[in-house]
Amino acid sequence: MTGRLKKVTVPLIAILIFLLLWEALVWLNGWPNYKMASPSDLWPAYTRYWELFLVMGWQTLWRTVAGLLLAVVVGTAIGMVMGFSRTMRDGLYPLLVGFNAIPKATVVPIVALIFVGAHDFNTVLIAFMISFFPIAVSVSIGLSTLEPEYRDILRALGASQTTIFWKIALPKTLPEFFGALKVSVTLAFIGTNLMEIVSPHGRGLGALFDSGKTNSDYPLMFAVLIALALLGIILYYIVVGLEKIFASWAERSPH
Amino acid sequence: MTALIEIKGVRHAFRTAAGPLRVLDGLDISVEEGGFCAVVGPSGCGKSTLTRLIAGLMRPDEGEVWLHGEQVRGPRSTVGMAFQNPVLLEWRSILKNVMLPLEIVPNGLRGKAAVDRARHLLALVGLEGFEDKRPSELSGGMRQRASLCRALVHQPEVLILDEPFGALDAFTREDLWQTMHELKAKEPFTGVLITHDLREAIFLGDQVVVLSGRPARTQYLMNIDRSAPADLKELYTAEAAERLTILRHQIEIAQGRAPEEAKS
Repeated sequence: MTGRLKKVTVPLIAILIFLLLWEALVWLNGWPNYKMASPSDLWPAYTRYWELFLVMGWQTLWRTVAGLLLAVVVGTAIGMVMGFSRTMRDGLYPLLVGFNAIPKATVVPIVALIFVGAHDFNTVLIAFMISFFPIAVSVSIGLSTLEPEYRDILRALGASQTTIFWKIALPKTLPEFFGALKVSVTLAFIGTNLMEIVSPHGRGLGALFDSGKTNSDYPLMFAVLIALALLGIILYYIVVGLEKIFASWAERSPH
Repeated sequence: MTALIEIKGVRHAFRTAAGPLRVLDGLDISVEEGGFCAVVGPSGCGKSTLTRLIAGLMRPDEGEVWLHGEQVRGPRSTVGMAFQNPVLLEWRSILKNVMLPLEIVPNGLRGKAAVDRARHLLALVGLEGFEDKRPSELSGGMRQRASLCRALVHQPEVLILDEPFGALDAFTREDLWQTMHELKAKEPFTGVLITHDLREAIFLGDQVVVLSGRPARTQYLMNIDRSAPADLKELYTAEAAERLTILRHQIEIAQGRAPEEAKS
């Protein structure tokens, strides 16, 4: 088997084994649907509601991506400020940590009240709030731990701070940045769904989950969870792909 | 001959929480054009501060640093630097790493001329065929060779070396000493070498400056005739042993372990 084929088949086989074990667990225990749905119950849910899955899935996806992009821009900016200035780092760190420690579920009703009716905006905002922290921290650590010699070789030639940032600081921070982005991707999904589930008349997969709960349609609820997992996997591997393009140099081949 | 590097009465102190920490206290060094000055001294005596002063990365509290008849007031593109840590950029190939200074200095070579220049230097240090490798694929000695190429690629007047061979094993280090002599023959530069290795100092330098313990001043100066081609065998002669003994003794004085009667 070639390496490339193996890269696809091994995870697929792992997923298949997982589904089989799940099915067997439900079957062996004789659990009814309302206790735990099995993979074979999911298929009818998908075929019945496939249009809803497409529409809601898209809404969840774009709002998550929008929140994530916002998190990348703002997180990088905060990380740069904290990475370059010790004073800013000392000043901002407690604030950031405190903000991150607040469970976002408690922020949801506040945000919903401030921006009544702006569902898309609210959802993007929560996705952003929950996911920018790792990015800000990783960029600031990446920049502040830059060895002084790296700066010196360019500074000694009369390079400006901007040149040093583009030629050295930014590329050197990319591996940490992508590490954080992988964490942020899944966090952003949590944020989007939090808002979708909690807010009334919500849209997206979170709202679909909520309607499954209201109608006691347990297979639908499980089907939403699996759809969310699928979206998460897709976004995660897009980030991995970007990392391969921009930061593959950080990967060491085993000697 | 005029002195290309002239350090006159330099004093410097760092501001620390415990008050000013004097690191340099009356430093006088003069290196002629094409000369190579090896600076030795006890640990923490301010040798690295000295390199930063020459490179214009900082300015002394007192005294003057002159390069080529101009007082150093800031960084200048006629300086090349190499450190103990080769600080190669992992995301660039070896060739691109060597070319980095050409992207910064004004009127640096561009395009094919830049590539040719970098390839030429890499060939001089024996790295032909490694141009497209990543730094992580090279050994420590090879990385340091590439780092030397980067320091020389823009044809600097002054090469500042801050313990560049300190982290290498003894045989690799001797190889690189030879490489330094070969480079110097083909790529003329004026050099300042900071080192802890007395054999390195007498093999590479045409003058060896011993700094006193902190705060450092020029404690001793040894001139070495470099008219004959360098050969590692000369490190095993009676003359070399005598020089090493003198320098060893000077270091002991600098460390405060020997009385100062030998001070000239």
